Amino acid sequence: MSMSATLASGPSGPKPKRAFDPVRIGIYAVLVVASMYFLVPLYVMVVTSLKDVAEIRLGNVFSLPAHPTFDPWIKAWSTACTGLYCEGLSPGFWKSVYITIPSVVISVIVGSLNGYSLANWRFKGSETLFTILLIGNFLPYQVLIYPLARLTSNMCLPGTDLCLYSTIYCVIFIHTVFGMPLLTLLFRNYFASLPNELFKAARIDGAGFWRIFFQIMLPMSLPIFVVAIILQVTGIWNDFLFGVIFAGQPNYPMTVQLNNIVNSIQGVREYNVDMAATILTAAVPLIVYFVSGRLFVRGIAAGAVKG
Amino acid sequence: MTDMSVKSSDYAVTRPRPKIFRNLSSKFAAIPMMFVALVVFVGCTLWSLMFSFTNAVSLPPAVHLFPPDFSAYVSHFIGFRGYEQLFAQDKWSVSVHNIFAYGICALTGEFLLGFLLAVFIDQKIRFEDGFRTIFLYPFALSGIVTGLVWEWMLNPAFGLEKSMHDLGLTWFSFDWVANRDMVIYAVAIAGVWQGTGLVMALMLAGLRGIDDDIWKASRVDGIPKWRTYLFIVIPMMRPVFITSLVLVAANIVRTFDIVVAMTGGGPGYQSYLPANYVYEKLSTALGQSLAASATMMVFVIIIVAPWAFYEFGRKRT
Repeated sequence: MSMSATLASGPSGPKPKRAFDPVRIGIYAVLVVASMYFLVPLYVMVVTSLKDVAEIRLGNVFSLPAHPTFDPWIKAWSTACTGLYCEGLSPGFWKSVYITIPSVVISVIVGSLNGYSLANWRFKGSETLFTILLIGNFLPYQVLIYPLARLTSNMCLPGTDLCLYSTIYCVIFIHTVFGMPLLTLLFRNYFASLPNELFKAARIDGAGFWRIFFQIMLPMSLPIFVVAIILQVTGIWNDFLFGVIFAGQPNYPMTVQLNNIVNSIQGVREYNVDMAATILTAAVPLIVYFVSGRLFVRGIAAGAVKG
Repeated sequence: MTDMSVKSSDYAVTRPRPKIFRNLSSKFAAIPMMFVALVVFVGCTLWSLMFSFTNAVSLPPAVHLFPPDFSAYVSHFIGFRGYEQLFAQDKWSVSVHNIFAYGICALTGEFLLGFLLAVFIDQKIRFEDGFRTIFLYPFALSGIVTGLVWEWMLNPAFGLEKSMHDLGLTWFSFDWVANRDMVIYAVAIAGVWQGTGLVMALMLAGLRGIDDDIWKASRVDGIPKWRTYLFIVIPMMRPVFITSLVLVAANIVRTFDIVVAMTGGGPGYQSYLPANYVYEKLSTALGQSLAASATMMVFVIIIVAPWAFYEFGRKRT
């Protein structure tokens, strides 16, 4: 065993290396330079958010703050103006939380059930539905937003004036709709990869659709649920278009609030407050990304996996 | 005789239920999927197409299916004249020009950089996870955040240009964000920054999927590494390239919020993309907006159809 392993890796095994291999140094140099392109904006964001206005006007974007201050952060969070109101980003943060949590929960439940149906309980037309979803995944959202706005403004509680459009439920509905293709694909592929014998054994033991789902499939698919949740949390938190169209002004999510704070201020723009607000908005997806690591990669790569 | 009677009673018991009840739970669970596929993706797309042939301003002409009444629709129907008017508008021509300029730059940039970074990361380097994390984190950010940061960095009054002038390099000039002809390329810089990580991750997965024996064989034959990549590895990775291309291109056609945050479409409307145009015209010229969105859909079909054909064609054989 060990013999064959040594043989297999024989020619590529550790060869004596010089301390300064020019090729290796070149590789690292390229990677470091590329890293700077990716890191500089983050650095500039943080540095700018800690400066005061005078220093921004005089100084250099790349310089470290001479007198670091957290005032811009406080202002961005609680008192920055969006044109009409001066409540900062905090209302937007909470709206984003209220939008993201139910959207993620509902879309993941629906997506997992779809995937389970498609993988294990095919029915006539189920593959056609799946194909439509896959194609729909590539449609530009702009084709669908107006008809969806019409549709949701006609979805009213019978006998009242309460309609879906322009409410927080509407964005949740929209996120569920647009999250469906990718989540369905993700779960379908995962459930299809589980050993079919388990499913057959459960069928012989008399378990039905729901029982197999809850007692066999769910306990085995925790990782894919985590992947789906990561994908949805970052996607929904970062959404701008659906928030601005379907949520209605009182429910604008954080990205919309951020854009309003930055792009509708009259007079002198306070770049330090803008950048602090930007970091605050980016914080949630960044934390999710750094904590989740490889699972995030698995989630985005799922889009490239064929059905 | 007895046999017969047993059989017939057996048959009576196990008579198959009507087809519609088969897999009933599965069908029940798939109701949301049916709704989304049929009502949203098929229905709403057809709806958009239908009203893109009208001169509707802010509300579509009323159409009743029960009982059928298309008279209002017919009186608003203008056929392809709406599309002619659309393409006669400078704002739309600029948007279309921009999506090609932006698309080609972003696509080339993301693929070149993404592939190169994946190759370099694949050289059994140290801190692999660290580099990968750095290259991919912008993908976790929203377009609004991306646009704002890059606006700030490239802003000639405060950003890169001013910093270079402070260093004494007064000849240095980089005013793309404020320059009518270059603004879309400034947006592309931000787009590449955000989108490269995805391509890199997909390419890296593709590179890792290449059999080690290929590398050994090419080493035995004494083929230089760069030639192995160019003539052996890249052709082998064709499926990865194609799926990445479709994913990235479909995202590019949708690009909307980077422009909103970075330039607001300006200066003037020089950085408008089709998505921004559709959004702007929703409330003032609905027919035009829908015609524009239908045109965007044509772009996507041009991108996706060959891929779908390739995929399905391969599956059949």
